Amino acid sequence: MTGTLAAIGAGLAVIGAGIGIGQIGGKSVEAIARQPEASGDIRGAMILMAAFVEGAALIAILLSIFFAG
Amino acid sequence: MILRQSIRFLLSCSLLSVSSAIYAQGHDHDGDDQSGNDQTHEEVIQDSHDQDIHSHTADGHDSHSACGHHEEGYDPKATAMHHISDANVYTISDFIRIPLPCILYHKEKGWDFFMSSKFHPGHHDDGHYAYNGYVMHMGGIKRVKDSNFPIDGEVEIGGFTTKTKEVDGKEREEAYICYHKEQLLLEDKTVWDMGIFGGAITSFYDLSITKNVMSMILIFLLFFFLLRAAAKGYATRKGMAPKGVQSFLEPVILYIRDEVAVPFIGEKRYEQFLPLLLSIFFFILGLNLWGQVPFLGGTNVTGSLTVTMVLALLVFIISNVSGNKHYWQHLFWMPGVPTAVKPLLALIEVMSLFIKPLTLMLRLAGNITAGHIAILSFIGLIFIFGDSGKNMTGGIIGAVLSTLLTLFMMAIELIVAFIQAYVFTLLSASYIGAAVEEHEHH
Repeated sequence: MTGTLAAIGAGLAVIGAGIGIGQIGGKSVEAIARQPEASGDIRGAMILMAAFVEGAALIAILLSIFFAG
Repeated sequence: MILRQSIRFLLSCSLLSVSSAIYAQGHDHDGDDQSGNDQTHEEVIQDSHDQDIHSHTADGHDSHSACGHHEEGYDPKATAMHHISDANVYTISDFIRIPLPCILYHKEKGWDFFMSSKFHPGHHDDGHYAYNGYVMHMGGIKRVKDSNFPIDGEVEIGGFTTKTKEVDGKEREEAYICYHKEQLLLEDKTVWDMGIFGGAITSFYDLSITKNVMSMILIFLLFFFLLRAAAKGYATRKGMAPKGVQSFLEPVILYIRDEVAVPFIGEKRYEQFLPLLLSIFFFILGLNLWGQVPFLGGTNVTGSLTVTMVLALLVFIISNVSGNKHYWQHLFWMPGVPTAVKPLLALIEVMSLFIKPLTLMLRLAGNITAGHIAILSFIGLIFIFGDSGKNMTGGIIGAVLSTLLTLFMMAIELIVAFIQAYVFTLLSASYIGAAVEEHEHH
């Protein structure tokens, strides 16, 4: 039972991270389309932001692994 | 032209399918062993109860069943977990096993140095022999707890059995060996994880050169000679165009310098940290790619939390030691905000101080392990579709499907290998940059 709940928790965390990274990716592509000359800076910022969002999701997944027993 | 190309593609695909099916053949047996062990544990317990009666009547039969009777079946989870974990033997295929040196320390017996070929590992990296009281189970070294077991020299042992036991509401697996028709409990090596992953301080320590350590040494040597050759090129061919390995490494190094080090750390201090960033980048990239090589590599080094923890700790220590006055002021007493908010901000900042290396460690390990598990699951499809060798048609369909999926996954993993190495370097640079940043005015 705890394992199932932990799996659901991990899934929910992934939904959150998916929305976040999707927003970052979409907006970055939009920004690059508007201003192609700034694509290098935008890409760097995009990867950095995506890494932060991913970090939050990974903490949630780690906690769910802990409580899965 | 297109027709010929597509035929060539299909041919190479089918060739790969066959090879992956053969490759996975060994794993099929491994899975059998594992799940057989799991499923028979109740039967085994029963056996040991009425062992006295049995041992008098039917000798051969009893020893067979006590050592675990193998049942048909495939356990994808157990197979995947076995393949991503570290081992004391470098298994290239079921026929080629490279022994590795074992360095063990027992509290009473002292040090032990020997090659892991003493265990005579067979299927599933289970050793057929015990050496000095140690045995090899699923590639890892364990020790026989029983005091009557001979602690010197090689001893032939029977099969392994595992039982799941519940301790403090958590399920723990305990392994047993079969020796002279008796089941002897095995002890795991000491793991300092404060019980988070089920580790504990036991009677012996394993400091062996394992598969992962061996991979790290290999990659270290490879990059040592590659980068030295490139550096030599700049000295001997001064002012000329780069040649050979130099022209391969130069754009990568320049990219790390111009896109990572300079913008994040700043023009003034980047030179001090560039060697660190380049070392981290090439170390992670090399091991990520080495883990992608089938048969030969397949080691999960950067997917191991221990390795990434050390890397993250290194970045944590270096960034904090080089932190200047402004950095610590921003951490504990943020300037420019109302005094009432300052303690709250300090709390958040101190928390984020420790979350930074934690996420650094988890991101790399999580991404690489996830890729390995995905590939192993796709290979496992062959056995699930083929019903462990009973269904030939299903096996062929599974082989074709799993080959295509594995090829796709490996292509993605190739990108992930570069991205994760880049992200780790980038975040390290940004943490160091935040610590050494000069604030002109507020």
